[in-house]
Amino acid sequence: MAASSDRNPPPFPASEEPETGLCDMADGDSDEGEDIFVNNVRLRAFLLLLLCPSFVQSTPVAVSRGVSQPDQVSEEPPDLFSEEEAISTAPTLSTTAKSNGVHSDDENDLFAELLAAVDCFHSGISKGYFVLPPLELKCGLLYYCFQQLEEEEAKDSFDVDVSVTSPEKIGDGMNAYVAYKVSTRTSLNMFRSKTFFVRRRFSDFLGLYEKLSVKQSLHGCIVPPPPEKSVVGMTKVKVGMDDPSSVEFVERRRAALERYLQRVVSHPSLLQDPDVREFLEREDLPRAVNTQALSGAGFLKMINKASDAVNKMTIKMNESDTWFEDKFQEVENEEQQLRKLHAVVDSLVNHRKELCMNTAVFAKSMAMLGNSEDNTALSRALSQLAEVEDKMEQLHQEQAASDFFIFAELLADYIRMLGAVRGCFDQRMRAWQRWQEAQSTLQKKREAEAKLLWANKPDKLQQAKEEITEWEARVTQYERDFDRIGMTVRKEVLRFEKEKAKDFKSQIIKYLESMLQSEQRVMIHSHSKAYVYVFYSGVEGFSPESWQRVYYIPDG
Amino acid sequence: PIRSVSVDLNNDASLLIDIPDALCERDKVKFTVHTKTTLSSFQKPEFSVPRQHEDFIWLHDTLVETEDYAGLIIPPAPPKPDFEGPREKMHKLGEGEATMTKEEYTKMKQELEAEYLAVFKKTVQVHEIFLQRLSSHPILNKDRNFQIFLEYDQDLSVRRKNAKEMFGGFFKNMVKSADEVLISGVKEVDDFFEQEKTFLLDYYSKIKDSTAKAEKMTRSHKNIADDYIRISATLNITMSFVSLQKVEGRVASDQELKLTELLRYYMRDIQAAKDLLYRRARALADYENSNKALDKARLKSKDIPQAEEHQQQCLQKFDKLSESGKKELTSFKGRRVVAFRKNLIEMAELEIKHAKVRSSIQLYYICFIMCTNELQYAWGICKILCEQI
Repeated sequence: MAASSDRNPPPFPASEEPETGLCDMADGDSDEGEDIFVNNVRLRAFLLLLLCPSFVQSTPVAVSRGVSQPDQVSEEPPDLFSEEEAISTAPTLSTTAKSNGVHSDDENDLFAELLAAVDCFHSGISKGYFVLPPLELKCGLLYYCFQQLEEEEAKDSFDVDVSVTSPEKIGDGMNAYVAYKVSTRTSLNMFRSKTFFVRRRFSDFLGLYEKLSVKQSLHGCIVPPPPEKSVVGMTKVKVGMDDPSSVEFVERRRAALERYLQRVVSHPSLLQDPDVREFLEREDLPRAVNTQALSGAGFLKMINKASDAVNKMTIKMNESDTWFEDKFQEVENEEQQLRKLHAVVDSLVNHRKELCMNTAVFAKSMAMLGNSEDNTALSRALSQLAEVEDKMEQLHQEQAASDFFIFAELLADYIRMLGAVRGCFDQRMRAWQRWQEAQSTLQKKREAEAKLLWANKPDKLQQAKEEITEWEARVTQYERDFDRIGMTVRKEVLRFEKEKAKDFKSQIIKYLESMLQSEQRVMIHSHSKAYVYVFYSGVEGFSPESWQRVYYIPDG
Repeated sequence: PIRSVSVDLNNDASLLIDIPDALCERDKVKFTVHTKTTLSSFQKPEFSVPRQHEDFIWLHDTLVETEDYAGLIIPPAPPKPDFEGPREKMHKLGEGEATMTKEEYTKMKQELEAEYLAVFKKTVQVHEIFLQRLSSHPILNKDRNFQIFLEYDQDLSVRRKNAKEMFGGFFKNMVKSADEVLISGVKEVDDFFEQEKTFLLDYYSKIKDSTAKAEKMTRSHKNIADDYIRISATLNITMSFVSLQKVEGRVASDQELKLTELLRYYMRDIQAAKDLLYRRARALADYENSNKALDKARLKSKDIPQAEEHQQQCLQKFDKLSESGKKELTSFKGRRVVAFRKNLIEMAELEIKHAKVRSSIQLYYICFIMCTNELQYAWGICKILCEQI
């Protein structure tokens, strides 16, 4: 999951990544400074926030430049928030970026850069465009610094980075399928090169999971589960990939596959598995069969089958170490909670979509009302209001998409993951069971031997002794297996928890960032709403002074 | 200061009315109507009486039925207090109490209580505005029944019953067919009224539509806000950014609520103006009929003086309605435009205030998440900031 935190939120709908893009990332370190500046979502969000106008009670502040007559008001105020604006007023940031992309440990350099940025903003402030209260500025500074530090941290731990992009429909009709481009970027020597890519289809991913789970889960490994099959979704895509619900489905699946692969490669043991390497590298992968079992329902069934086996165990385990029992309980509780939460988030997404629709309908209705209005100025105001509401609808739409992609998908992933965690606890129980059964078999053999001793049958006795030796070895083996699985499970769970915390945090931040971006646009629209409201006044009792108090307009 | 959907009322010191408090008992709301007056027509200079919603309706209906006021726009009756929404939610909450944690339950209960309070405040305001509209109308504020409403310290329910018996559903039925009278069109002689009729009919249907759509939008916002409440209740500290969304949600719905209320109020006001047009159209129809009756009488040479007198009465009534109606509609137009603009400006102020708050909070929050690595601390700080809104 190394550099994935740098990745922009999934574009919606999925867009083509240029072929050269990945190579640039790998060796384009000289462009790093500019890349950070232009491409980094967080930095942009930060700049947008710094540029957002803050209204100070005592001093009049100009938010728009030189808007004097109401008739000249355009829909939105001149775009002070454009990135071009930011870049041109802060030349120092891109030019002083370190040339080979490796930032020095010297924090003073970072601060110097930042102070240069502050200078630019201050110049803007002195021109009267915006005012920043000092506390906000300090917070902004801190934000920038720590964000830079985190990026460095992230880069240091970079080993393998995978991405899943460019979904392409291959073939026609019911045999059609979607092929994804799986690109790998790595510093490890075990791969054939530093960057490469292959084409894979959904069943290939399922096939990988099947191979891994058969091998690894026996050792107590938590094998990340793949996204679920969807007959409905795929049928729609087979029919046509162009309508919005198909586009959404493919994008959702692409993002889920990417997260799945990233979890696989960031797992140290799984990364070593030859099947994983083959999946990433091999040009022609043999088609995976038997993936029918791996539909969403099938996967759950598999997990529950293991649980059932455990529940049916007649010999109850006597835990010397309560850690496992407690952890298992925790996992179950957490899964419950996430399911509950997921249900609420689903409801949230639906309500947002509803809001979207209702806003659009309302906007049209307001437009009609504006047309009906016989007072000209008010009519114009209502019509403009309708247009703004229409734009708000777009924002609601995007917010819904973001809620869904970032929030809901995260929850769904972890509900599945917790299922996998439960699975590995069950594997440990099975190992214990095997050991106990072996012990009881050994006991029976010993009893049999004792009987034979009494009955005095030397040849049978020899066989019995051999069997005893065999079973003694097995018991030892199974005990060792059990201990080993116990240790692995422990390690895996701790690793899982750490990764989960990191994952949640980075997703929350991504979610906040997308909220910030949409918040910024909401503010632009709310400002234009305010313009609409104010400029169409000029009514008895509302003098120019009184509406200047409401919204600050410079003279002239 | 109360921001009313109408222009500033309650400015004339000779008769000041307000509703300083109200009690809610189950379904019934008891309003305390407080009057301060310098007029000698009242027995005391200052007094209060308890009134129910039905009393307001009685007052409105008697005004509508009064012949003398046929040429006036009667202020629309306040809508019945509707606690159905929050009550239903409270009920559901009670049922689901067993499945929630204590914190979840407390949080949701608090939110519901706030919602309940908001509905309560709104209904008090709407009843108050009704009375203030009456007190600021030069003719209506002298009405005898209005005075009784303000002053009579006994229960009005007896009077209400009597009124119902007298008028029954008569006027209601008349109104129902009034639309047809207007539209099927007695030929309109006056351009002013022809234009007003066209405009008001069209505008009414549009504003009714907009009101309904605005209400749907507000409800969506409410649903989203409720979802966030459930999310924050489930997660407590871990996902404290949800509180930011709560603020955003509440702000957005406040805006839409204000717009919805503006539209709703004017929808009802325009209905009242339409009612005036109906009454005038009815009077015109009566006059036309009286003309026909007079012609018939002349033909038959029977009862001519009565027919002539009847025709004169109808004409007088029609002229009176037209004259007063013209005045009322003209001033109504001006009032409406002023009030709309005033409300839009208030909404602008709200927009700006909330936008600033929202963006500040989000910036602080991201900074702290990155700085501290401890979401618990970020939550604490965020809580403090939220309280400052």
